[in-house]
Amino acid sequence: MSHTAHHRPSALYALPAFGFFALFAALPMVLVVYLSFTSWGGLGLPEPNGLQNWSRLLNDEAALASMWRTALFTALAWAAQTPIALLIGVWAAGRQRNRAVLSSLFFLPLLLSTAAIALLWQALLDPNFGITQAGPLGGILFLGDPAIALYTVVFVITWQYVPFHTLLYQGAARTIPASLYDSATLDGAGRFKQFWHITLPQLRYTIITSSILMVVGTLTTFETVLILTGGGPGTATRIAPLHMYITGFSGFEMGYASTIAVLLVVFGTGLSLLVMRISRFRSMSSQQEGL
Amino acid sequence: MAMLRRSWKRPLAAMGLATAMALVSACGTSGPAGAGDGIEVWALQDDVLNPIEKASIESFNAEGGNASLQTFGNDPYKQKLRVALGSPNAPDVFFNWGGGNLAEYVDAGRVADLTPMLEENPELKEAFIPSVLDAAKIDDKYYGVPMRGMQPVVLYYNKAVFRDAGVQPPETWEDLVSLVDTFKSEGVQPIALAGSQAWTELMWAEYLLDRIGGPEVFQKIRAGEPDAWRQPAVIESMTKIEELVQQGAFGDDYASVGYDVGGASTILAQGDAAMHLMGSWEYVNQLGQSPEFVERGDLGWVPFPSVAGGEGDPGNVVGNPTNFYSVSADSEAQDSAKEFVSTQLHEPEYVQDLIDAGDVPAVTGVEDKLADAPNSEYTTWIYELVQQAPNFQLSWDQDLPADEATFMLTQLQELFLGNLSPQAFADSLAKR
Repeated sequence: MSHTAHHRPSALYALPAFGFFALFAALPMVLVVYLSFTSWGGLGLPEPNGLQNWSRLLNDEAALASMWRTALFTALAWAAQTPIALLIGVWAAGRQRNRAVLSSLFFLPLLLSTAAIALLWQALLDPNFGITQAGPLGGILFLGDPAIALYTVVFVITWQYVPFHTLLYQGAARTIPASLYDSATLDGAGRFKQFWHITLPQLRYTIITSSILMVVGTLTTFETVLILTGGGPGTATRIAPLHMYITGFSGFEMGYASTIAVLLVVFGTGLSLLVMRISRFRSMSSQQEGL
Repeated sequence: MAMLRRSWKRPLAAMGLATAMALVSACGTSGPAGAGDGIEVWALQDDVLNPIEKASIESFNAEGGNASLQTFGNDPYKQKLRVALGSPNAPDVFFNWGGGNLAEYVDAGRVADLTPMLEENPELKEAFIPSVLDAAKIDDKYYGVPMRGMQPVVLYYNKAVFRDAGVQPPETWEDLVSLVDTFKSEGVQPIALAGSQAWTELMWAEYLLDRIGGPEVFQKIRAGEPDAWRQPAVIESMTKIEELVQQGAFGDDYASVGYDVGGASTILAQGDAAMHLMGSWEYVNQLGQSPEFVERGDLGWVPFPSVAGGEGDPGNVVGNPTNFYSVSADSEAQDSAKEFVSTQLHEPEYVQDLIDAGDVPAVTGVEDKLADAPNSEYTTWIYELVQQAPNFQLSWDQDLPADEATFMLTQLQELFLGNLSPQAFADSLAKR
């Protein structure tokens, strides 16, 4: 970068971003924290009710189950997306022409809106008219079997977001200096060794970035589940954000829904801090010393 | 109609997760301002109904009134109305579903009592079908005037499938149960059910409870009496549902069949299913989706079967009696608002407009008009079904307070999935 310590942009540059954040993120968050200590049905004014919502949350099996479901969902989504995105990304970083053509195809889901993707998969997986019923998988109730539905949602999420993360890995893999591979080849390292000892360590921070995006993104997944299953069958896919939505906007328990929202915010922030801590983000240093 | 009322597409517009909570509180200050001395009428966006509503407002204005219409999407409307009522930006006249939904506003003191208006004007009161007018009666006072068609739930069936199996539509619960076996052996799914949406399952619960225990059982639940959910009739109805599911009446894929996407209606029309319990809008829906099925005369309809030994009158119906216009208690132009609801909604032109749009208005003495309109065989049957019904139970999800209704729908889905026993269903609701 050309900026040096002497020519740092003034703090004023941050003002628009800061204003946006304050108005659309910080202020609503403060209001939600306030609402979490009230009882409010949307009629009239919120009535403070102390810690009632919080003690109710501790004993609310449905809410706690939705939290566990969210944790499982997030872990599954991360575990499914990361290896696929990493491998395709590294592969797509190659300069060969066929790779360029194929990767632009891989990125197609990126162009579709979440609602369109959810509708598309809902139609494909329909038990009566879906195309999946025609093939060898016919008879499997992807959205109707409580034991399968959550995995189906993970699959759709993976299909949707792998291209984005692939893009991250592709970009990062292209910045790895070719000289590293050249010298490794001279030292007799094969493809697998090169990947393991050069590519992976070099992509470390991309993995962290992509993981944080995945974890926080999955934690707040909402429309896909709402459209695809509505949280069903029963509550098999009712993850916490959807449970919050149903509590707030179907049950009109805005106060209690805010309590769930606060918990989600705490979870999300905590998780990204944890990921950074584990990966020692603070001591981040160049991976290319000596180059 | 139902598509509008139950569509999941609407929540998307109101999305925004955690921040949405705060946005709702902001609606109170950003809502449209009242129109001076005139009255503001709030209704749902509806391509068919909106022009009719506009015409009624124009006719009111032509007689010296000053009214204007504002329309909203379904879910945003519910949220906006909640916040607006009781704020200075409240509408003067507002669309609603009656029942518990309206009762919440009544309890908060936001809705004007229309009883004196109806009592002083017997002609007005008698213009509407009593069981429908009662859906907006709370604590013996009237809070709404019917403003559109009636939507009872009826049992649809595919006549061709019944012909092929050589059987008649069910009149009793025993008939229904034996028909399930018949159709299973024929390789046809006995009953179509859009079970990914709990409100379709709710129709079975509503009818069975009414047939078995009579309307009083649910009235106790609605009144919030302790242990009302544990009444024997509730357990018995839910057990009947459990048996029906285990018998295979709904096939095995109902949990992922949706109504909005046309799943259940299409398998009935294609002859893959024999029966389908649905609101009266299903006729118009089938007419749009599978016109040749309706035109062939293969779509049949019967009342929900009677249950032997049940307390409830087999003539009772459940569903959506109608939608109402109510007057805001805080309206500065309350007299004008009452004038509007008392003069426009049983006007011959308004009623004719509704009939032409395929609705069956909740107005008395429209048999001749229905007979002259298209689809008269069906609309007349619906009209007489409701008119002769001793009781019209509003859908539970509209009649119960929103939080209880939401929980009840979830538990009902679990019951249909076999995750909850009838007793556990009743206990979970009683304990709430």
